[in-house]
Amino acid sequence: MGGGGKMGWAAIRAYTILVYLFMFLPVAVVVLLSFNQNQFGSFPMTGFSLRWFEALWNNDAVMRAFRTSLILGLLTALISTTLGVLASLALVRYAIPGKNLITTILIAPILVPEVVLAVALLLFLNWLGIGKSFALLLAGHVIFTLPFVILVVQARLVSIRRDVEEAALSLGASPIQTFFSVTLPLLMPAVAAGALFAFTISFDDITGTLFWKPGGVETVPTQIFSMLRNSISPEINALGTVMIIITVGLPLLGAAIARQISIKRGM
Amino acid sequence: MIFDFAICAHVQSAPSATQDVAMSVEARERRQPWVLLAPALGAVTLLLLVPLLFIVVYSFWLRSAVGPDTAGFHLDNWQRALTDPFYRYILLNTLKIAAITTFFCALLGYPAAYFITRSSGNKLILLLLLMLPFWISYIIRTMSWINILGSSGALNTALMSMGVISSPIQMLYNEATVILGLVHFLLPFMVLNIYVSLDGIDTNLEDAATSLGATRWQAFTQVTLPLSLPGLAAGGLLCFVLGAGTYITPLILGGPRDAMFANLVFEAIITQLNWPMGSALSLLLLIVLGALVALYNRYLGMSQLTKGLG
Repeated sequence: MGGGGKMGWAAIRAYTILVYLFMFLPVAVVVLLSFNQNQFGSFPMTGFSLRWFEALWNNDAVMRAFRTSLILGLLTALISTTLGVLASLALVRYAIPGKNLITTILIAPILVPEVVLAVALLLFLNWLGIGKSFALLLAGHVIFTLPFVILVVQARLVSIRRDVEEAALSLGASPIQTFFSVTLPLLMPAVAAGALFAFTISFDDITGTLFWKPGGVETVPTQIFSMLRNSISPEINALGTVMIIITVGLPLLGAAIARQISIKRGM
Repeated sequence: MIFDFAICAHVQSAPSATQDVAMSVEARERRQPWVLLAPALGAVTLLLLVPLLFIVVYSFWLRSAVGPDTAGFHLDNWQRALTDPFYRYILLNTLKIAAITTFFCALLGYPAAYFITRSSGNKLILLLLLMLPFWISYIIRTMSWINILGSSGALNTALMSMGVISSPIQMLYNEATVILGLVHFLLPFMVLNIYVSLDGIDTNLEDAATSLGATRWQAFTQVTLPLSLPGLAAGGLLCFVLGAGTYITPLILGGPRDAMFANLVFEAIITQLNWPMGSALSLLLLIVLGALVALYNRYLGMSQLTKGLG
């Protein structure tokens, strides 16, 4: 490698740093401004304050949106992960005819643009008598997150050796016993990752949610969206910071805990 | 517990019983995957496939001023969707915006992905940096630009305090800021896909090329770049399709004249309550973007795409 190579590498490194600044700087500004004491919440920073978080806490609409998003996200994660784990087991563990077609069908919700999925689901369920409601929101979030869960769980399931399950079966365990005492514990990291993925995607969704939500019901993203329409208030930055803590902080914490556990088990 | 079970099984093994058990186990083995698949397949069928067929039918209905829409076979919505010059202009403009966005994502994303793959530094942190943007909310990342470019945002404040300008310049709410927001949103998809593809290339290949007399640049353009094209294409497809299907970014960062095609769908369905027209418009979007995906699938296959997603 000559001096030219080194120079080139330094240039690539500088370029990459700039790309990452572009990616993270605007978000960092959101977090920074949410602690701003200035009453307009804009530049210049005049001091550190938690007043905007306090305002959030006392804002009924925001707290309601939080509750809606949490319940919706948890239910979505529960249903989507259950459906996804069962389907992944079938796809990885059994020789079934037409496996490729089935996989494509199960992945279809992310191949179709979300707007189209949103319209189709809204119009069809409405025709069946289920109008804009929490049930419609839940159905939409489940169908949209399912492919992600399947992709994550499948990738993990492939790496669990069939022998372990066969050993349990040959020792006389029933398939159901084998699933709960052998397969599921080994699969747990993938189940957790799938559930977390489903929760985060649901918690973050706005494209479909705006089509499906009944009037008066807001999730956190749609609440932010409607607050933006008035003007950018410092409360929005604070809400953004809380959302970043939930969608970034929780997974990181989860990963750290999982790592601690696996170190303790000596895996 | 498992032991008890094993003993029971042994005690009961009279010849005829064994055969029965074997038969039923085999039958169950064959049925089982379908039992496991049924809930997920049922959900996708009922909540996506049937609804898509339903809006195909719905797009031929007519909107009534009062009461329910008129069922039937009318071509009016499709005729309007395909011939209205306004719709056509928005469709072409949407494709143009998506193409520019994809180009900038590739321009910014390729060197970054290359750096992450070949860096000898702390891989874990670099990978974390790669994944982190996916976890930060789309709406937060989009609205964050208002803090930077808004009339009381960072840039205007800085320029004013330096005395370059005396009053804030209007930088937001145009087509450029829509593209900026889309690039910011979609760049991680591009970086991840290129990374996955670059990471699978044996670095010895590039070394072999240089040892045979190629310059680093030649080795890159003639060995590594061609081998990483599938990742670039997968990232490009994702950026284009996701970019062309968005209506939130134009609503937040665009002006009144920067509507994209999905905004037309949103308007028709939510504001005008013209559901038959909305059906036709969303199907048109699906057909245009679906044709792209099909073309990609024809030449490159779907596996590269799921690699990047998984």
